[in-house]
Amino acid sequence: MAMEKIAGKLGLELVGLEGAACTGAGVLQERDPGLADTLNARTLAMAERLGLPVLTICSTCQGVFSGTLYRLNRDPVWRARINEKLADLGYTYKGTARAAHLLWVLVEDIGLDRLRELVVRPLRGLKVAAFYGCYILRPSWVVGTDEKPERLKYLEKVVRVLGAEPVEFPGEYKCCGFPILTTNRRNSLMMAGTHLTDARRRGADLMVTPCPLYQPEAVKYRDPNVRLPVLHLPQLLGLAFGFSPKELRLDRHVVSVLPALERLSLKV
Amino acid sequence: MLVTLRVRRFNPETDLEPRFQEYTVDVPEHFTVLDALITIRERIDGTLAFRYSCRMAICGACGMRINGLAGLACKTALRSALNDGTVTLEPMGNMPVAKDLVVNMEPFWHHLRTVRPYIEPHPARIGPQNEYRISPELVDELSEVVRCIMCGACFSDCTVDEIDINFLGPAALARAGWLVRDPRDSRAADRLRELSKPHGIWDCTRCFFCVQVCPKDVKPMEQILRLRRLAVEAGITDNNGARHTQAFVDSVKETGWLDEFTLVPKSWGWNPVALLPELPTAVRMLVRKRAPSPVHPRQPGVDEVRNLFEKTERKRSVKDDA
Ligand code: SF4
Ligand code: SF4
Ligand code: FES
Repeated sequence: MAMEKIAGKLGLELVGLEGAACTGAGVLQERDPGLADTLNARTLAMAERLGLPVLTICSTCQGVFSGTLYRLNRDPVWRARINEKLADLGYTYKGTARAAHLLWVLVEDIGLDRLRELVVRPLRGLKVAAFYGCYILRPSWVVGTDEKPERLKYLEKVVRVLGAEPVEFPGEYKCCGFPILTTNRRNSLMMAGTHLTDARRRGADLMVTPCPLYQPEAVKYRDPNVRLPVLHLPQLLGLAFGFSPKELRLDRHVVSVLPALERLSLKV
Repeated sequence: MLVTLRVRRFNPETDLEPRFQEYTVDVPEHFTVLDALITIRERIDGTLAFRYSCRMAICGACGMRINGLAGLACKTALRSALNDGTVTLEPMGNMPVAKDLVVNMEPFWHHLRTVRPYIEPHPARIGPQNEYRISPELVDELSEVVRCIMCGACFSDCTVDEIDINFLGPAALARAGWLVRDPRDSRAADRLRELSKPHGIWDCTRCFFCVQVCPKDVKPMEQILRLRRLAVEAGITDNNGARHTQAFVDSVKETGWLDEFTLVPKSWGWNPVALLPELPTAVRMLVRKRAPSPVHPRQPGVDEVRNLFEKTERKRSVKDDA
């Protein structure tokens, strides 16, 4: 896993939350918001007990945690009701947990200066389109972009620090279409395809995203003229930190990133 | 305060392409975006077209894109919208431009008409002798939607309507979500069936744009998700959307995690397509120099998750809440 590889370099020690549940990715939330908040309150209470913040590498999971925290920290009645259900399992959510996406941690905790020092293979000449994913952006009052509007440009900043050049395209903040892949495949792929095409037209060699949902979505869009590889943020960091494409499992990508890297003689 | 308004202008009758025009005006600090537009029209350029009426966020006429996001010009403080002294104004999206900042909202109204946006009581219950009961809690819930002013902001920025204009869209679906739960309406079951068809509730991607831009905090997406819940509870599950949600919920309940090996085939009902890599790696812990404490030596995770599911299911029969 790319994240495990880069964590050491970033000075992060990863501790698995044993027994933690899936965040529900918004799907469980739509079936039963109370249950979803309860499951996530349990995960947050586990982290609280360890005295550790939760790190996410998925925009969707981050959005779900941000939403749960927003409600639990703001609404004492709701929190009490959730805690009541957690009580006989031995958990209480106290209101001190923190959940942060790797992207935020990179800029806000580790810092771009430190990140720059870690780059051993600058991605010079590489043009990278940044795609954020819905849940890390909206609603702005839940995910903290109201207080920190600069979060809307973190991905570009990171791309630049890694030596690459960010490419702007209209779909940057839009939806990749993944959640409706099974309900309306045509619409879903149209969304993914529009972003890939737009980014390609503006000269991007690859796309980077903090949301891993976009990768499986993007590979299903099979237009031979638009072969734009999509990298998960930890993979792009891994490249700049000197890991081989194989170590980062980039050799397994359906739309290969290797030609772009070879062209820039980034391959090792 | 000297401000610059960058306005996208387009007259479909005379122009081939839209263009941006910049107006710089001196206006008081407390002005709204709409106040500034009115000032421009009065002092600089009488041909600039925009729409408004109430000037107090009630009529819904002044919807436009302010710095790329739809909103009401009369509700947006100019100061809060300035980037280096400039604000960018464009017409709303997903609707044809009539002129400059004015759009033709027909696609929006069309979808609204499709959901029959009015209460349809049972014929036998019309008349003064019949009264309807509604709990104060439900009134509170429904008023979330009742306060919609039909400004079209949500429809403008809906990412699904952008690629498929047949999608009923956030406002029409939110409205339907009200009527389905209104005790005066007699068509709840029919409505849910109609809304479960293509272009309805299962086509929303949950992108949160409508929640973000709605000036009245209607939270259309939340209303749509509630409709999905109600449709499933009413037994309307013969579609991929309902099956997908069920497969997902089952997976989390049984394994505590998302089992994508069965999720996709299950939601397709018949067609096992490719597996989704990487999703289960979603959550990781971040630590600063501390050993993992042995909180759960025996991995009780799954049992606990099931316990919580069952608690909720038991409770559901008493009252539908957390
Ligand atoms: S959440 Fe659904 S209805 Fe709202 S803007 Fe996104 S796709 Fe449209
Ligand atoms: S739901 Fe909100 S954004 Fe949409 S039309 Fe109604 S008031 Fe406007
Ligand atoms: S002018 Fe009526 S809502 Fe803005």
